Amino acid sequence: MGALAGVRPRAVRSFRLDRRYLPVLGTLVVLVLMLAVGGGRYDGFVSGRVISNLFLNNAHLVVLAVGMTFVILTGGIDLSVGAVVALSGIVAAVSFQAGLPAAVVIPLVVLVGSVIGLLVGVMVHVFGVQPFVASLAAMFLARGLCYVLAPESVPIRDESFVALSSWSVQFGDGWRVTSAVVIALVTLAVAVWVLQRTRFGRTVYAIGGGEQSARLMGLPVARTTVLVYVVSGTCAGIGGLLFAMYSRSGYSLTGVGMELDAIAAVVIGGTLLTGGTGFVAGSLLGVLVLGLIQTIITFEGTLSSWWTRIVIGALVLVFVVLQRGLMGRRTT
Amino acid sequence: MTRVQAIVRHRLFWPVVALVALLVANTIKNPTFVTLRVLDGHLFGAIINLLRQGAPLLLVSLGMTLVIATRGIDLSVGAVVAIAGAVGLASVAGAPDPGSLGAVLTAFVLALAVCVLAGMWNGFLVSVLGIQPIIATLVLMTAGRGIAMLITDGQITTVTSAPYKAIGSGFWLGLPIPVLLAAAVMAAVALLTRRTALGLLVESVGINPEASRIAGVGSRAIVWTVYVVCALFAGLAGLMVSADTMAADANNAGLFIELDAILAVVIGGTSLAGGKFSLSGTLVGVLVITTLTVTVGMMSISPSVTPLFKAVVVIAVCLAQSPAVRERLAARRRRAASTAAAAAEVAA
Repeated sequence: MGALAGVRPRAVRSFRLDRRYLPVLGTLVVLVLMLAVGGGRYDGFVSGRVISNLFLNNAHLVVLAVGMTFVILTGGIDLSVGAVVALSGIVAAVSFQAGLPAAVVIPLVVLVGSVIGLLVGVMVHVFGVQPFVASLAAMFLARGLCYVLAPESVPIRDESFVALSSWSVQFGDGWRVTSAVVIALVTLAVAVWVLQRTRFGRTVYAIGGGEQSARLMGLPVARTTVLVYVVSGTCAGIGGLLFAMYSRSGYSLTGVGMELDAIAAVVIGGTLLTGGTGFVAGSLLGVLVLGLIQTIITFEGTLSSWWTRIVIGALVLVFVVLQRGLMGRRTT
Repeated sequence: MTRVQAIVRHRLFWPVVALVALLVANTIKNPTFVTLRVLDGHLFGAIINLLRQGAPLLLVSLGMTLVIATRGIDLSVGAVVAIAGAVGLASVAGAPDPGSLGAVLTAFVLALAVCVLAGMWNGFLVSVLGIQPIIATLVLMTAGRGIAMLITDGQITTVTSAPYKAIGSGFWLGLPIPVLLAAAVMAAVALLTRRTALGLLVESVGINPEASRIAGVGSRAIVWTVYVVCALFAGLAGLMVSADTMAADANNAGLFIELDAILAVVIGGTSLAGGKFSLSGTLVGVLVITTLTVTVGMMSISPSVTPLFKAVVVIAVCLAQSPAVRERLAARRRRAASTAAAAAEVAA
């Protein structure tokens, strides 16, 4: 194939798809197939309402998956995001209860996530603790702090926060965009820009491709490694904020297992867990696939909710095996 | 190096210190903590209870130690615990006489067989397809609880069966059966890995799979086997957990036990990067975690705060064991030694 490619004129070659995009394209195909099958089986499946709800219900997960993509691109993992979502939700609820204005609370909530992320990053880089264990410790820490702050569910009644969370624009036939969706999409856009257009983004890919080489190339490996966990923590903080807007409360048991959904979304979105290859946009598609599974099972009606877990597991498997096939032996 | 220094620098020094501190704190808070009573020929007491609670975690952690030694990880053990309980109890519930020994033995064999299948699945993904362990076992971790739900039909199956209950809360020779079982499994694993070459082979696969394969070690078979063994032990733990309550709760049985097990292994000094493993370290790790959980209960703090204490212990132990801190300490020691030597020279 290599010899053939060399003979071919340039114009023809440019039509060939970059191998890097193949996994993302696969996810897109699955998404379209699911929409087609769903649209064929159920009335009103491919409608503005269903698609809007897909984004509405998963806005927080989109942000989490975006942050997780950064970490996984460097070959790390962050298990703390689910607990951070709960913690930042509780911090929001408790500080609103204490009478702080939304202009203070919202930055504070995001900052909580960044601080936990920084803690993980420092443990990983400075102390050489494995990302798995470091983020596990952060997960326990965040969960424990949740119970210390508020063992019970705390409602949020702050007027400006409620106004912010219930802001939405309706257009067309049932299409609806809420502030949470806007925040999630803006985060996504910023992440795409950072990864593709900045020096930091290139370094993230370089570390995932080979930490040793990245260091020898003089890239700031130390700073970047710590920063990706800060990015993930910050995203988890934003995710917690979005979840608080969604549920209008803070509760210490929210987000149990959410880190797995985020990791599954990233994997389904075509990012390799060994790092170095993947796109934030793929993670968005991954989240949409996960959400669509849930929607289809709801539409089906007769299927029990536990099928969701089984289908997600099977889908992760299919994508991982496909990736193995596409990437050949490179991942070992 | 003096003997004291040797002890302080021992891998398990800090975990053991943490364990002793916890035990002392418990005894101060509640002096009856260390007392043992004999009732109906059975030993009773807080320590016995602690051991009984730790037995399932020890089983899971032993399997996890072997998996981690091959540079792997098994996230699915919690789901396997749930599956084992679901299969075991569903089988007993379906038997004509749930109280008979035959029905219970069939249930145990069936449950463990399903777990072996789960382990073979994990091992197949990792050793044959070459998928990263964390992702390969994530598949069963997400899907496994769904499968357990499928077996119990979404209900929490409850059964009354005396022989089944025995594996969770029975006594034999005055000691709880779960503790005896866990001890027997640990002894068997220790004998197999330390008295035969098996342990060495497992470590060699963990240190460099490619090199061991070229050296003629059956890497693939070894990796496959450790996942099967890990799932089998998780299944045994699952039977204990389900026998404890006699209810198969597919959602909550063995929830987060994979994290506790990984934690126990790491506290015990086995590196997640694979290679050398320490079974005694894992035992200490399991005891630390179980004692911590018991302590939180004893101190009449809400059990929901347990994660916070766990976090503190993990962070402390990980930092104490981290290469960066060790190097700095070693450098300080060297500097102290060299200045002492220089001073001695000057004095001479």
